[in-house]
Amino acid sequence: MRSPKLTTDDTKLVTSLSIIVVGAGVLGLWQALTLARLGYRVRLVEASAEPFAGAASLYGGVMLATDREAKSYPLIFRRLGREGMTLWRAACPDLSCSGGLVVASARDRSDLERFARDTQGHETLDATKLAHLEPELAGRFASALYFADEAHMAAPAAMKFLLDEARGAGSDVSFGVSVPPEDADTIIDCRGLAARDALANLRGVRGERLIVRSREVTLRRPIQLLHPRHSLYVVPWGDGRYMIGATVIETEDDGPVTVRSALELLGGAYALHSGFAEAEILEIGAGVRPAFPDNMPRVIVRDGGRHIFVNGAYRNGYLLAPVLAKAVAEYLESGARANALVEVV
Amino acid sequence: MSMNVVEPHAKPQRPFALYGVDLASRLLLGTAQYPSPDVLARAVEASGASIVTVSLRREQARGRKGERFLELIEATGARVLPNTAGCRTAKEAITTAHMAREVFGTDWVKLEVIANDDTLQPEIFGLVEAATALTQDGFKVLPYTTEDLSIAERLLAVGCEVLMPWGSPIGSGRGLANRYALQSLRAYFPDVPLIIDAGIGAPSHAADAMEMGYDAVLINTAVAKAGAPVPMAAAFAQAIEAGRAAFEAGLMGARDMASPSTPVAGTPFFDLPPPDSKPGND
Repeated sequence: MRSPKLTTDDTKLVTSLSIIVVGAGVLGLWQALTLARLGYRVRLVEASAEPFAGAASLYGGVMLATDREAKSYPLIFRRLGREGMTLWRAACPDLSCSGGLVVASARDRSDLERFARDTQGHETLDATKLAHLEPELAGRFASALYFADEAHMAAPAAMKFLLDEARGAGSDVSFGVSVPPEDADTIIDCRGLAARDALANLRGVRGERLIVRSREVTLRRPIQLLHPRHSLYVVPWGDGRYMIGATVIETEDDGPVTVRSALELLGGAYALHSGFAEAEILEIGAGVRPAFPDNMPRVIVRDGGRHIFVNGAYRNGYLLAPVLAKAVAEYLESGARANALVEVV
Repeated sequence: MSMNVVEPHAKPQRPFALYGVDLASRLLLGTAQYPSPDVLARAVEASGASIVTVSLRREQARGRKGERFLELIEATGARVLPNTAGCRTAKEAITTAHMAREVFGTDWVKLEVIANDDTLQPEIFGLVEAATALTQDGFKVLPYTTEDLSIAERLLAVGCEVLMPWGSPIGSGRGLANRYALQSLRAYFPDVPLIIDAGIGAPSHAADAMEMGYDAVLINTAVAKAGAPVPMAAAFAQAIEAGRAAFEAGLMGARDMASPSTPVAGTPFFDLPPPDSKPGND
C-alpha cells in the first residue's frame, strides 16, 4: 500500500514527501542526489563521522565496465549496466571515457580467447594496435581485448563529486549520526552490509586492494590482467596513482590484508608492468561488499513503501547506483512494480 | 546350474561408500569460481552431488561472524568436505584442517599440499606427513595425490581409506593425462575407493574415468567456468552415470582389427590377398 499522498495528482503534495536516506556510500549518495533533484525533501544521514570512512564504495576501482562484467551475471545486467553508464556520463563531466583493456600473459592466452568468446563489445588488438593505444604495454603483450565503451574514475573523487552534487541539489547531509531519525514519510536504507540484520540473504564478500604511486608507469585506462587463479585490475586514478585490485573472497571479515593477497596483487601488477617495482605503496586495505545470492542488487519495499532497502550491489555499486536511484524514484512517483529491480514485500 | 541360462558377466554392483558412509552420487562438486552462490546452488542440485568441497581461506575462520556464504553451501544439503587448498606445507594443511573441523563440524578433510603454484601438483612428502598426523588425530583424510603407486601405498598405510589421484593438473581441463598409470592404480587397489580429483574438463573425461572403474570423480572448474554451469553440471552427472553403468556392464575391450558385427558366412576367402599381388615363384 502506498501512502495516499502519492496517489494524488497534485505535484506539490508529491514533492513535499520527506525522505531520509541512511548510509552515504555510493548507493546512498546517488539516491539522495536523484531524489533531491526531483524535488523531494531529502536528508542523508551517515553513521561514520568522517565522510566515506565506513563505505565499501571507497575500496572500489570505479570501472564502469558493463560488457566485461556481464558474463558473470543474469541477462538483465547488460541493460542495467548500459543505463548506469548513460546516467553517469550525463551526470559527471570528470569521468574518463577512454575504454578498458584486457590482457593475458603468453601462457594464459587460452584464457584471453575464452574471455573474448564470453563477452561482447570488444575489439581484439594485435601488438601494434595495443602499442598505439597504450604505449607502455608495447612489447609486453601479443594481443589484447579493447572495450571502447568503458569509463573510469578515482573512487575518492567520485564519492566527493556525488556528495557535492547531493548537497547542491538540496539534500541535507549529516555525518556521525549513529541512530538514524525516523521522522520522514519514507526511509531509504542504503547501509550496505550493516543492514544484514534486516536482510536475511545479504552476505559480505571481501575485497582487498592497494593504491600505489608511480613516476614511471603511465597507463591511460584500466587494464585487467587475466590469470587462472586471480584476475587483477589496475585503474589509473590520476597524478601517477593506481588502484590495484581486487581480491574476491567469500568472507565477511574486514580485517587487515594478508601477505598472500598483497603478494598476489603486487605480483600481478609487476607482471603487467615491471615499472611498478619502484612504485610507492600509499594505501592497502580491505572492504566488504554486500551481495545477495545471485550477486544482483535489489530495491526491497516494505511497510507499504515506508521502508525501502537498496542493497546488494556487490562489485557493481558505482555502475548500478544511478539505476537503483532511478528505480526508487519511479516507484515513489508511480508505485511502478514493473521494474525488475524492485521487490515489494 | 542350468545349461540353458547364459550367465551375464557383469561386475557385481558395489555401492559407493567412503569411510563407511554410503553416498548416492559418484560426483563430487567443488564450490569455487561460480558466477554467484545462486548459480552454485543450482549447479549442485543439477549435478545431484552428494558431496561438495569447500576450500577454507584462513580469513574465513578468523572470526566466523555468521559467514553467510558457508551457510549457503550448507543449505545445498550436500555433505560438506572441507579442503586444504593452497596449503604449501604439511603444517599449513594441518592447521587448516583443524580450523575446518571447527567451522564445519566434520572430521572429513580433503587433504591438499601443493608443491608448485604453476602446476598445483601434490607435494607428496608433505602430503604423507600431514595425512599421518591428521589420521592419528581422528580425521578421515581424502588425500589429493598423484597416480604414483608408492605414494598411494604410504597413504593407505598411514590410515587413508580413499585415494584421490589427479587426472591432470588442477583447472587444466586436460582429462586423464596418464591413463596407463591410472589403470595400474585401479588394478592394484581393486577394493580401495579411488576418486579422480583434478583435470577433468569435459563430461567425456569423467565418463572415461568411470569406465576405467574409478569410483567417483571430483569436478569444479569444468562446471564453474562453463558458459552455463547448471546444464553443464547435469551433463557431468549423466556422463558419470553412463561411465559407471558401462564399467559395471563390462566393456568389450579394444581390438586391432575390424570385426564385423554381422555374420560373414558366404565370403570364406575375404581375407585372401588379390591374385596379382601374389609373390611370384618363377
